[in-house]
Amino acid sequence: MSGLTISNLSMRFDLPNGASIQALQDVSLSVAEGEIISVLGPSGCGKTTLLNIIAGFLAPTDGKVEINDHVVTGPAPERGMVFQQGALFEWMNVRDNVDFGPRMKGMPKAERDRISDHLLDITGLRDFKEKAIYELSGGMQQRVALARCLANDPDVILMDEPLGALDALTREKMQGLVLKLWKETGKTVILITHSVEEALLLGERLIVMAPRPGRIHKEYRLPFADRGVNADLREVKRSEGFSETRDEILSMIWEMEEEIMGRTEAAQ
Amino acid sequence: MSVLVFYIAIFAGALFIVSLLRRMMTPRHDFTSLKTVTFGDESAVRPDRAASIISVLTVFVIWGAFTGSSLMPIHVPGPYSGTTEFTYTARNAAGQTDDAIVRVLVHKVGEDGEAPEIDPGDGFAKNDSDVLQEWRSELIRAHANDEGGDQEGYAVIAVDGQEIAPGETVRVADGTVAMTPKGSLNFTPRKGMQMEPIWLPSPEATVQRFVEIASEGYQNFTLWEHLGWSLLRVVAGFALGSLVGIPLGYAMGLSGWFRGWFDPIVEFMRPVPPLALIPLVIIWFGIWETGKIVLLFLAALWIMTIAARAGVSGVSISKIHAAYSLGASKWQILRHVIIPNSLPEIFTGARVAMGVCWGTVVAAELVAAQKGAGMMIIAASKFQLTDIVIMGIVLIGIIGYGIDMLMRKAERFLVPWKGQA
Repeated sequence: MSGLTISNLSMRFDLPNGASIQALQDVSLSVAEGEIISVLGPSGCGKTTLLNIIAGFLAPTDGKVEINDHVVTGPAPERGMVFQQGALFEWMNVRDNVDFGPRMKGMPKAERDRISDHLLDITGLRDFKEKAIYELSGGMQQRVALARCLANDPDVILMDEPLGALDALTREKMQGLVLKLWKETGKTVILITHSVEEALLLGERLIVMAPRPGRIHKEYRLPFADRGVNADLREVKRSEGFSETRDEILSMIWEMEEEIMGRTEAAQ
Repeated sequence: MSVLVFYIAIFAGALFIVSLLRRMMTPRHDFTSLKTVTFGDESAVRPDRAASIISVLTVFVIWGAFTGSSLMPIHVPGPYSGTTEFTYTARNAAGQTDDAIVRVLVHKVGEDGEAPEIDPGDGFAKNDSDVLQEWRSELIRAHANDEGGDQEGYAVIAVDGQEIAPGETVRVADGTVAMTPKGSLNFTPRKGMQMEPIWLPSPEATVQRFVEIASEGYQNFTLWEHLGWSLLRVVAGFALGSLVGIPLGYAMGLSGWFRGWFDPIVEFMRPVPPLALIPLVIIWFGIWETGKIVLLFLAALWIMTIAARAGVSGVSISKIHAAYSLGASKWQILRHVIIPNSLPEIFTGARVAMGVCWGTVVAAELVAAQKGAGMMIIAASKFQLTDIVIMGIVLIGIIGYGIDMLMRKAERFLVPWKGQA
């Protein structure tokens, strides 16, 4: 096992009107096994495109993604994905959603139940196993999404703004849960977010991307994810270096947004 | 016209009385009255149960009141019946005038009567008598028995003391008397505001007819056979339409080639009303069961195809991506994600299709059938049996409503997640 390696990735979308968009240009990144990294950037910087290429939903125009010494050519259970919302199967109850992956593999029921029972316990959904998805709150639905992803025992977990649609309080609790699950399972996690605080809290490494063309702008190595495991995240936010780093990244993103605005105005 | 005025009056009156009663019963005021606009799904307007009940009652009250139903204590004025008289004044060739009485028996619909006896009386103008049915009018041959009634110069000059000339009408005690261009009298008893049974039978007559047909049948088949055959045709046509339409819709949702191939056909056939196909279907498949089932098949096919296509196209890409990254194969995704995800759309389509099929089968039976709800109506209308027509319409309405209720129940049971995500 050698983690995840992204080398010289480029992605260009050709639009029907003849124009094209350079969503990613020459992105290289290597993620060690068991590492949690967060990816941050203004809208349109290609974060989601990058994640979709890693997941195997998109084929890059150039470059490659390698995991465990083989090249990614499509979606596979080794790379689990957690979406923002709406990716759960409403026609199944909580347990059937969680053991979807093992069931598709043809795992016997007893073993499947053991896995889903365990995951539903650690995500705090023990009493909701037989509930329908639409009976759960948004936060609980995302717990189901996390459990469903973990049930398949992937090597890498890709999270596309998994907490983006939650209210502030639920979001904070879920951030704690993500850290706890990361530490307990030892999975590699790549998390995309819009929130600077979330990126700081949930990333051992933080990648700031810049738009047009999408590229890696700056990389930070941060202590906050380790500090946050089984701790009060509000304490972490008050801890040394947090607010300074946050302000620095905020102004960096602010400048990028300004630049985009300026460029758009100049074009007009 | 009077029915409409009556209806609006009951509508407004009931609204006024119910809201007055409610205001007296609930002292507390909330702000529901301020919410008059519908905001998305948070609709402030809910059907008022009391209004629904009064609405249904009103239909029966008006029906009863305007047909002289024995179930209704109050009626609008009915047609005149009984024995009535009017006098006419005749002038003979010699210029003399004389009065005579016309006595008329107006009998009820369905009864018989004989012309009442009357003494011929004095003078050259003799008294007459006649008999007729309510709502009808009768030519009174007043001059026939008058002395000199066939002579030149004889004429009836007044009715009940009012002068009358050919083409004129005068009012008498219980109706009107008109003079024909030839000088005969035409008596029309008062018609009132009620409907003739041939236009609209009273509710109890309709119920009575229902009981009769339910026990004895109509035109060689029992009522249940008539309704059962209509339902059977609908179910057969709908089942065949779904059997072909749903897989076709899936294929169109999943494959660009299928979609491109069938899109023009589906989009062309969809707006063609099934009734327009009846002539062609009769020519190709005959007028019996095959033709009807083919017609219903065509009615259901396009609706189900479009519903299934929409169901497949409506699956969100993140669900498909999630299933792929959980290791599902293409077939597993079709079986466990795409098909269940399309069920709510298919149910919506099925409800529409059942409604259209039910409407189409009745119309198809109007054209040609030996049994069926539509056939009952059209056969009865040929014999002016309006009560059977009304009964048939009510039964068709009830069954159509029942089908939709059943489909909704099935929907809530089978796709409980519909509209919840």
